[in-house]
Amino acid sequence: MHILDSLDAASLRSDVPAFGPGDTLKVHVNIIEGKNSRVQVFQGYVLGRQGRGVGETFTVRKVSFGTGIERTFPLHSPIIDKIEVVSKGDVRRAKLYYMRDRHGKAARIREKRDFGGKK
Amino acid sequence: MTATRNVKGLLGTKLGMTQVWDENNNLIPVTVVQADSNVVTQLRNADRDGYTAVQIGYGQIDPRKVTKPLAGHFEAAGVTPRRHLVELRTADAAEYAAGQELSVELFEAGQKVDVVGTSKGKGFAGVMKRHNFAGVSASHGAHKNHRKPGSIGGASTPGRVFRGQKMAGRMGAERVTTQNLTIHAIDAEKNLLLIKGAVPGARGRVVLVRTAVKGA
Repeated sequence: MHILDSLDAASLRSDVPAFGPGDTLKVHVNIIEGKNSRVQVFQGYVLGRQGRGVGETFTVRKVSFGTGIERTFPLHSPIIDKIEVVSKGDVRRAKLYYMRDRHGKAARIREKRDFGGKK
Repeated sequence: MTATRNVKGLLGTKLGMTQVWDENNNLIPVTVVQADSNVVTQLRNADRDGYTAVQIGYGQIDPRKVTKPLAGHFEAAGVTPRRHLVELRTADAAEYAAGQELSVELFEAGQKVDVVGTSKGKGFAGVMKRHNFAGVSASHGAHKNHRKPGSIGGASTPGRVFRGQKMAGRMGAERVTTQNLTIHAIDAEKNLLLIKGAVPGARGRVVLVRTAVKGA
């Protein structure tokens, strides 16, 4: 797809922070209701990132009133106002699908501590 | 038969598919077609040819590879030789001039077009892939015939297989037209057409983009 990279460049966002699976995010989503628009925050941890280039998406999971909610966003979607990384997670998988089967204490993700050691 | 419709068309190369967002933030899948170096090579008129049409040339070719008759044909139009030629029957052929360059601005965003291409070759394909047959059961005693067609006709009456019976064979690599696609956007600088949806053929193959037959 290299041949279309220059075309895709126009759709790419430059304000996407670095984040990976296990990180907790606040995704600020622009919602247009009629002629009013407001920002809704979707907070959860990243289940994984899929695809590459302009078509890359990421899935955020949260548990709301006991029900697991997953939402997949195109990474470069213009409906995203901004993405905030709340905390980094310490995980060993690229896709955290195993988290779907867990609840309660088992569904915790250890936070990655940065001790300023080797980079 | 004289053409009664005004048909616009361009030849181009399918570069591939990607996605863009429109003004309402909807994700649109688009096929990118590069339609540069299109040129009018000949005009057909009702007096001499019995019909009106424009002949369009597209694509680079090594001038040494062009046969003498074709080289003369291109010289008559005053253009450098092109690899592909296509004729479009249109009522307004007289408005074109031989040697005229055609750009993607012939089309406008939102217009309906048909795209003609050569589909990807699938080789020798079985009936399930080629004709969407259902095949045979995976279980219930089926033995080594899961993808076979089953019966292909009667017995001693008619005593032969009817002509046109759908069977396995070569699939794909044939002319396919996809109708009523929408032009999402035009990049006049890079001579790109962004067409919503898929168009026939593999990346890098030549396609003809023309005004929709049924749209309007």
